[in-house]
Amino acid sequence: MIETTHMNLRKSGRNKLFGLISLFVFCSAFASGTAPKSDGDSEGHGAVTSESEISEYILHHIKDAHDFHLFSYNDSEGHRKHIGFPLPVIVYSSKGLRTFMSSEFHHDDSGHHVVESDGVSLVKYHEKIYELNEGAHAVEFDEAHHPTNAHTVLDLSITKSVFGFLLVSILMLIAFGRLASQYKKQAIPTGLGRVLEPLILYVRDEIARPNIGEKHYRRFTGFLMTVFFFIWISNLLGLTPLGFNITGQLAVTFTLALFTFLITQFSGNKDYWKHIFWMPGVPVPMKIILAPIELLGTLTKPFSLMIRLFANISAGHIVVMSLISIAIIMKSTLGATGATLLSLALSFFLTLIELLVAFLQAYIFTMLSALFIGMAVEEHDHH
Amino acid sequence: MTIPNLVGAGLIVIGAGIGLGNIGGSAMEGIARQPEATNKIQTAMIIIAALLEGLAFGALFLGK
Repeated sequence: MIETTHMNLRKSGRNKLFGLISLFVFCSAFASGTAPKSDGDSEGHGAVTSESEISEYILHHIKDAHDFHLFSYNDSEGHRKHIGFPLPVIVYSSKGLRTFMSSEFHHDDSGHHVVESDGVSLVKYHEKIYELNEGAHAVEFDEAHHPTNAHTVLDLSITKSVFGFLLVSILMLIAFGRLASQYKKQAIPTGLGRVLEPLILYVRDEIARPNIGEKHYRRFTGFLMTVFFFIWISNLLGLTPLGFNITGQLAVTFTLALFTFLITQFSGNKDYWKHIFWMPGVPVPMKIILAPIELLGTLTKPFSLMIRLFANISAGHIVVMSLISIAIIMKSTLGATGATLLSLALSFFLTLIELLVAFLQAYIFTMLSALFIGMAVEEHDHH
Repeated sequence: MTIPNLVGAGLIVIGAGIGLGNIGGSAMEGIARQPEATNKIQTAMIIIAALLEGLAFGALFLGK
């Protein structure tokens, strides 16, 4: 009996070591997947060797893009080859809707390559699509590098982040749809549902019910679960080598915070509005002073939700990419292997922290949203 | 990275550090007094830490 327990402990120790090593390799593969390639000299567009190029590279990968840029290298003739896949560009120009694949831009981001699409000339400058004015054939820039003879168009393209959150939505629909249909036939789910069920119950019982109260929590659990899993899966996708940055876009977090704001405002009951505009139990001059402050308070809370999620996730991405760039910057002082090992160790630990942050930010967003909704639908027992 | 930028960033990090240290300290004290309440205290600590970090990150971003 003791021998078998001892053997089981040794086996579990060895399994834990295997698990740790594979986690290390896995995470490093993930983290270094976003690494800038450093072969070739810096004359090719895109080869990253110096600090300014690195910061440009990092900023470019934080922003949204019209194609997936996985990695690039210099081939035997010294040309720059890019591996990735393009995404459709859908713009509403002055002459109507135009769609084409972003590969027509031929990886040009400096506004030089002009794409003719049914009588409309378009260029891409710093991931913004401009339409050349009538009669112009090339873009002219002023001193601040703004195009002078082109104007922006309504850009409805499928960019990286749009593709990302469409992917997340489809994944969520498939996974949760299958789980929901399983409940028709059996009480205990099988397969992936086994992992999802405790999480769903956690959101309902630890986040929704305590904050919103027994009477009203059912109305809002759908929204809370959607927000929780969307943010979590988007954050996790951001850690992959594919270069997603969905929740690190201000637009995405703004939309999520806007939903929370609209839901709290539209489900506020009379007590809630009374507490904002005409706080009971307080003398009249104070009430008049408090009203605009409370009104501002309803705006700052979703605003802080937006900023918190955006800043945490994009700061995490920037820091991971900077640590990986250490391998390039320190190549001269530590030698190629030393610098790579250092950056690998640092980015491994940071990626672990980022995994925690991915879950934590989803939890915090959901919990604060539940808190705000709870404050809106709360029924006070009057004295 | 100008000097005022660096000084500001340093102040933000000091503020965040002090705040988080306070939270951590009280959380440790609470857990030491009542080990049964560890889970609740831990949850509350993580929530407040996330709020504070959001503030710090937001300030860092606004100041670049």
